[in-house]
Amino acid sequence: MKVNVQLREDGDMLRGKIEGEIDTFTAPILRDELETITIGKYSLIELDLSNVNYMDSTGIGVFVGFYKKVNREDGKLKLTQLSDRLTRLFEITGLNELMDIETLKKVELSDGNI
Amino acid sequence: METFDYIEIKIPAKPQYVGVVRLTVSGMATRLGFNYDEIEDLKIAVSEAVTNVVHHAYTEAVGEVVIGSALYKNRLEVMVADDGHGFNFEEIKSKIGPYTENESVEVLREGGLGLYLMETLMDEVRVKNDDGVTVFMTKYVTREQVKDNVKRIPTK
Repeated sequence: MKVNVQLREDGDMLRGKIEGEIDTFTAPILRDELETITIGKYSLIELDLSNVNYMDSTGIGVFVGFYKKVNREDGKLKLTQLSDRLTRLFEITGLNELMDIETLKKVELSDGNI
Repeated sequence: METFDYIEIKIPAKPQYVGVVRLTVSGMATRLGFNYDEIEDLKIAVSEAVTNVVHHAYTEAVGEVVIGSALYKNRLEVMVADDGHGFNFEEIKSKIGPYTENESVEVLREGGLGLYLMETLMDEVRVKNDDGVTVFMTKYVTREQVKDNVKRIPTK
């Protein structure tokens, strides 16, 4: 069980990809990685969460903390490629109303059950 | 009395073992026939309860967390306690009142969204706070489309 964060500059924006499980054990690792970002350098920070396969309130806490920091420093944060599970977590906590979140677009395989 | 199988695990109150509990819960929930979303809900709810103990119950010495699970035909009942001892499931269950009448809810709410998520993702959540905190929660299996006389597809 671990979390992996990859950050890469793309023009004037920063693209990040987060992979793994975010719980009370891995949340501090994620928080430390996000701490290294110089928010003022980028017009937009975009974090791809498509490979986050588990997250609970400790993960929510990390993203809320980072979102507040980005706001304080006049930056812009976007979370992208959220799975249905992650989208649901952001919806039931009401965070989807506050933060810029984009759900993973799935390829339609069929109309009914697979 | 309604019969159930009881599984108890005890872990050190350390963050690195919350994932171990999650895997165990996932296995038990699969056994009972919960669907994917229900299993993911259970994993989060139980993790929240265990995380609360890890964060709040033992600020100095490292203690233990006991996770007792009762597997009924139609539901999973999980108790998470910070006393470090095994417990009598039926006895403790009978002592737990509605969480709204209990101040320990506020103690848990300090941790953030943990209890809110437990309440949202489980069918029932109750909290008891005598010596240490015990969280008791239930989730029912939803399989109304499956009739009792229909054979399950064998798992690989």
